[in-house]
Amino acid sequence: MAKSDVKLLGAWPSPFVNRVQIALNLKSVDYEFQEEKFDNKSELLLKSNPVHKKVPVLIHNDKPICESLIIVQYLDEVWTSGPSILPSDPYDRATARFWAAYVDDKWFPLLKELRTTEGEEAKAEISKKLKEGLVLLEEAFIKCSKGKGFFGGERIGYLDIVFGSFLGWLKAVEKIAGLKLVGELVTPGLAAWAERFCSHEAVKGVIPETDRLVELAKIIQARLKAQSAPK
Amino acid sequence: MSEVKLFRTWSSPYALRIVWALELKGIDYETIFEDLSNKSQLLLQYNPVHKKVPVLVHNGKVISESLVIIEYIEDTWKDTPLLPEDPYERATARFWAKFNDDKLLPSIWQVFVTQGKEQEEAIPVATENLSFIEEDLKGKKFFGGQTIGLVDITIGWMANLISVFIEITGINLIDADKFPLLFGWMQNFSDVPVIKESWPPHDKLVIKFRAIRESYLSADVPK
Repeated sequence: MAKSDVKLLGAWPSPFVNRVQIALNLKSVDYEFQEEKFDNKSELLLKSNPVHKKVPVLIHNDKPICESLIIVQYLDEVWTSGPSILPSDPYDRATARFWAAYVDDKWFPLLKELRTTEGEEAKAEISKKLKEGLVLLEEAFIKCSKGKGFFGGERIGYLDIVFGSFLGWLKAVEKIAGLKLVGELVTPGLAAWAERFCSHEAVKGVIPETDRLVELAKIIQARLKAQSAPK
Repeated sequence: MSEVKLFRTWSSPYALRIVWALELKGIDYETIFEDLSNKSQLLLQYNPVHKKVPVLVHNGKVISESLVIIEYIEDTWKDTPLLPEDPYERATARFWAKFNDDKLLPSIWQVFVTQGKEQEEAIPVATENLSFIEEDLKGKKFFGGQTIGLVDITIGWMANLISVFIEITGINLIDADKFPLLFGWMQNFSDVPVIKESWPPHDKLVIKFRAIRESYLSADVPK
């Protein structure tokens, strides 16, 4: 496929964009990346995703596909010669989809909340819920990996990409909040998996460096405070 | 011989879409009705993460989350496909199904469980969401084309509950002039035999949802 056939509208700090980049890398798809600014969205983005006006948007042969999980499934269904992203067994697929929805709808919103929470007590409460979620994900990892290195088994799969794309922000929030969420004691499987995932060749260079994300979080926080400051 | 069990409530939009998927594909299944104020041990064991219905159990394997369940049904029983074959059209169908769950249904619910200023502010949000999906019906009888598919059964709760909401609140969000395609679709959808046969009784729905609205309004703290 020619490079111009595939375009990804994205933003470097977005884990949702990162997961599409990882999937594209896994499938060895050549693509053009267009960086979008949150406060100055391009005409193309607004036209391609009028409903949500958000990244990521994949444009393939001039047709837009939106929503990161839907894009990843689309890539899997179109580029069938590359390694499969979703498992082939229907029950394994359902399990992967279930945990993907859990991570997106329940777990990540808590992580975002922790990023902006101040006060030791409030932070402790949210990190407790996050850790409970991680225990569930550790159990899911043991069940899905079947003794191998990834949620997808021997190779990186759907749930690896979905959950793994949050590892950048996970490490950044650990640094910002001054606490550890994933550790060898309680979640040894996930701790080892996280290392393995981040050093995978389809992932290297996609997930932003922790310090870069920490800096960005500080800038966003400062901006929010300035906006809500009494005048 | 496969064994399929569906744990659900009799009225939930999330449960109905599973009933419709199973019925359309002609799958034999057993229904176990759950009382959400008194959840069964079995349900809590099957869905410890969310403790919710619907839950599908197929030959002892448990699947929860309604859209995950529908994809599982689609992957397992190939007759009467609910998703198109073309990957781009599949992505589009999945997009609208997700849009219903993330935006459309919650925005209409927000109109239903509020009153006064809060309700006034909720209406344009719901209307905008409705105008988005009205667009997708252009040139089609159903969201799935000539026959019903994933998006129809996901949004189908509207054909079932909008009339109930009108009766209780007096507000009609899907006006025939404003949303002619959606209005026509609701009628066409309700007329599909499989859908008609599984419609929960209107009067029972009015009683149940009136009580729900009342409980939301009485929980409101006057400002």
